[in-house]
Amino acid sequence: FQDQAEQFFRSGHTNNWAVLVCTSRFWFNYRHVANTLSVYRSVKRLGIPDSHIVLMLADDMACNPRNPKPATVFSHKNMELNVYGDDVEVDYRSYEVTVENFLRVLTGRIPPSTPRSKRLLSDDRSNILIYMTGHGGNGFLKFQDSEEITNVELADAFEQMWQKRRYNELLFIIDTCQGASMYERFYSPNIMALASSQVGEDSLSHQPDLGIGVHLMDRYTFYVLEFLEEIHPASQTNMNDLFQVCPKSLCVSTPGHRTDLFQRDPGSVLITDFFGSVRKVEITTEALALDRHVAGVESKFPEEELATEPLKYAEQLPVAQIIHQKPKQKDWHPPGGFILGLWALIIMVFFKTYGIKHMKHVF
Amino acid sequence: QVQLVVPMAVVFGPGSVPRDLPRPLPFRDVQEMEISVNLRTSVTSRYEMRYRSTTGQEEAALAAATAREADAALHPLQDTTLGSLTMYVVPETSPLLPQGINVYVGRHRSALVRAGGSLAALQARLREVTQVMSFTASAIAAALSDRVPDSQLSPDARRDLKSSLGYEITFSLLNPDPKSHTVDWDIEGAVNRYVKPVLDKLSLVANFSVDSQILYYAVLGVTPRYDKESSSFLLSAHSLPHVINPVEARLGSSAASLYPVLNFLLYVPERSHSPLYIQDKDGAPVSTNAFHSPRWGGIMVYNVEAPASPQASLPLHVDVDMARVMEVFLAQLRLLFGLSREEVPPHFLLESPGNEGLADWELDHLLWAHTVENIATVSTTLTSLAQLLDKIGNIVIKDDVASEVYRAVASVQSAVTKLSLGHLHAAFQASKEAVTSSERAFFDPSLLHLLYFPDDQKFAIYIPLFLPMAVPILLSLVKIVRESRLRRKEPTKMD
Repeated sequence: FQDQAEQFFRSGHTNNWAVLVCTSRFWFNYRHVANTLSVYRSVKRLGIPDSHIVLMLADDMACNPRNPKPATVFSHKNMELNVYGDDVEVDYRSYEVTVENFLRVLTGRIPPSTPRSKRLLSDDRSNILIYMTGHGGNGFLKFQDSEEITNVELADAFEQMWQKRRYNELLFIIDTCQGASMYERFYSPNIMALASSQVGEDSLSHQPDLGIGVHLMDRYTFYVLEFLEEIHPASQTNMNDLFQVCPKSLCVSTPGHRTDLFQRDPGSVLITDFFGSVRKVEITTEALALDRHVAGVESKFPEEELATEPLKYAEQLPVAQIIHQKPKQKDWHPPGGFILGLWALIIMVFFKTYGIKHMKHVF
Repeated sequence: QVQLVVPMAVVFGPGSVPRDLPRPLPFRDVQEMEISVNLRTSVTSRYEMRYRSTTGQEEAALAAATAREADAALHPLQDTTLGSLTMYVVPETSPLLPQGINVYVGRHRSALVRAGGSLAALQARLREVTQVMSFTASAIAAALSDRVPDSQLSPDARRDLKSSLGYEITFSLLNPDPKSHTVDWDIEGAVNRYVKPVLDKLSLVANFSVDSQILYYAVLGVTPRYDKESSSFLLSAHSLPHVINPVEARLGSSAASLYPVLNFLLYVPERSHSPLYIQDKDGAPVSTNAFHSPRWGGIMVYNVEAPASPQASLPLHVDVDMARVMEVFLAQLRLLFGLSREEVPPHFLLESPGNEGLADWELDHLLWAHTVENIATVSTTLTSLAQLLDKIGNIVIKDDVASEVYRAVASVQSAVTKLSLGHLHAAFQASKEAVTSSERAFFDPSLLHLLYFPDDQKFAIYIPLFLPMAVPILLSLVKIVRESRLRRKEPTKMD
């Protein structure tokens, strides 16, 4: 027991968070949604509650008109496991999965109207798991076919998190083509990263299901999931085993990992440090001695106060103000040097080429 | 640098003045100590001591029968500003303190100390008292924990609740077996009688909000073991960490506020698993039958007595003894805040705080730690904001962000000044304002670095547009220059 107690205190974290992002949409990217949902289920099974998971999905698979089994997302062929289930809590869905929202979640620069379930409320004792999947390239990851996030932006976001001590340790897993390029630029301490393929390699998908008609999962995540199925909340498996998952013979691509920024030795990092939520616990040995014969303090909630304020609809937009507003006088600024220079150049060339005699027609 | 000033008064009762005093009473003395946190950060603590002899009223108070009565009588005669300490020195053979006890620490900000023979011994004892009643070097280092390299911190250094503007406390009653037990708990009454006094005292530190709920069919994640010898069920210490997780998903922690939540759970075991005891590491059942998790909250198991006759009708009505429950929960609340009385030397006697939950000097503990932590947080936040602005040259700072930054800087400077003057309360309020302003400035949504393009991206966009257009312009320029040079060379070619 002493050893276990020591191990608990070695990691230094008191809570766990997970940010799971699927950056693709459309039916043929079914496997990315299945990847993310499978990781979501594992993380929930190992103990992280929904309030500590930020799940970003395009969520257009389960109710897609092309889905022959509506309201389901399968991860194994022959439809063995429905990872969609009936208790999935998607925090950012459909068009809300953008690079800006993702960076806002990470750095915490969120508009004050955002609900609590959409925030990453981690502190300096939180271990965070970040899982991203989708289509990527050398140094970037594509978000929903319309924008991309570069590895420099991601590294800067992590640095902003470190400056504000929004994490104790961070585990970054990415399953895309050329995934290793995304962790090349990290420079903040306490980050461990895993990727499904090296620069120049593609990550391949695992198995198509003939009934559904698309590939159900990617290889790397499939084997990571098989590995996680054997982990239970009390297991002592460490990160070195996770690095061995999916060798080249199974995965065709070469998974990579990066541990130079991480302070502890990966062999002493438990899988449940990131994927589960094992809390440190102390026995309460003493109780206070209260004087039982004490009169209660008067309850500070007078009943009458609640009824007197009439309820009214909150003003969303100050419509009256907007309609009657005069247009704001914008200060006139003289055109900048670049524009002036460009116009001067164009005019000079025009008149030199065609001759000065045209000037009098202008004036 | 930050200087923590503690105003202290050392009052000598009759017959307790040591013979080797350097100067006649009254006189002042200052003791400084440096607490170095890392290579660049250090905090100095400065104890400004005023030595004097007792007034007539204090002498009368010290003539009381017991230490507790003396302490109560001395309370109105003391300096009650937050952060200050008063120590009354009584003769070595005084009957006021029990045998073997050299120091009695009261509920307020005073202590009774035995004279100890010589000035050096007395000063050693006074130093011990300040370590207990004021702050210790390790407490300050823990408050600045994010600046200390990992290897030097003790493992218990980062377990206390972080300084926050408010906390939300949730009391939950878990009844996994409503068919067998109908549990009634007068939580509102208990909160009014026992919890409110403690929270009122802590209201200086933060805002507290309390709510409660009852959850049915909520089971623990672990199956307890049946122990034949005691014919009870036991939960061993190493299975406790797995108890919290299945319950946490159902607790519905606080959709409403952004403050940290402290959960206190009262679990009434099922009839088939009663009675349920928690075992500590040595296998003995824990007297409080409760455990807590740092920065999360606590759980207590409340055993219901088996009915007298086996034919008693189910469900059994259970009236929870809220006093016993609140004794444990309030003790856990103290531990979560880091107020433990474990490192006290054996010859000290600490007065129990009673229904207020914590002594005045323990409140000072919290204020010292939180003030230092707030100041450190503000300086880190503002520094990293400045680094962000250096990195992205064209970020736009809105006026309200700028004013928050100015306000944060002014507040933190005022907090440091007030600390060096010994005004703990004012320093704490200033540090709270500084934290609010700096967080508002740092987390303003307009400062997202994604929104500001670096210059090389701008070039990358405009060059492909302007370069093709610029080619004929440049060529024409070259032609013009050549023509004008030719014309200058042949000025007389006009016929």
